[in-house]
Amino acid sequence: MAEMENDDRNDRNGRTGRGGRSGGRRRRVSRLSAEKIDYIDYKDVKLLQSFVADNGKIMPRRLTGVTAMQQRKLSEAIKRARTLALLPFTKY
Amino acid sequence: MRTYEIAFIAAPNTADGDLTKLNSQIEQIITDRGGRIAKLDNWGRRKLAYRIGKFDEGIYTFFHVEGSGQEIAEVERRLRVTDFVIRHLTVRTDEDLKRAAKLRAKRKSSAAPRSLDEDFDLDLDLEDEEMMGDGTK
Repeated sequence: MAEMENDDRNDRNGRTGRGGRSGGRRRRVSRLSAEKIDYIDYKDVKLLQSFVADNGKIMPRRLTGVTAMQQRKLSEAIKRARTLALLPFTKY
Repeated sequence: MRTYEIAFIAAPNTADGDLTKLNSQIEQIITDRGGRIAKLDNWGRRKLAYRIGKFDEGIYTFFHVEGSGQEIAEVERRLRVTDFVIRHLTVRTDEDLKRAAKLRAKRKSSAAPRSLDEDFDLDLDLEDEEMMGDGTK
């Protein structure tokens, strides 16, 4: 994943390459860290929905900015919510 | 001591009496085996995210249980054999809750300066990766 980001940045900055992340996308901080959510509850549909794409897929953390541990807990919670029909497995 | 959350969805056409009967049966099972119901959450009727069988909505009930784990098997069996329960899920929560409490305590004890350090580390890592990428190119 890190490699992909690097390629992305090299493409954009072209020649400059080095100079930090002047032109690159800033790493987004997730709502989970910002709001200090330590326990991701599978019943919290509103929260989980913000980490699910329109078609019902779990969003990659490259887009949401959550940590690896948060992503693991998040995907677990989303899957639990799905079995209880709180979230869809897929939307069309 | 472990904590569990038992959730089940009852069919929307379930009679209120059947539901309260099941709830008291579950309570009986749990208390008989030395467990305790910490909380009973009743969401009532709720639209399902997808069709289950021929139902578009269901009646949600959540039990928060403290116990040894012995109760759970019997409650689950009960839910499985009950016809109007269309879906159920049991989740063990004590480990995750403990982890969350630990994280919270850690954040409290080392408030602002610590988080600044962490941000700094992250920046450094990214820069290193970038330099490596340039070198190989």
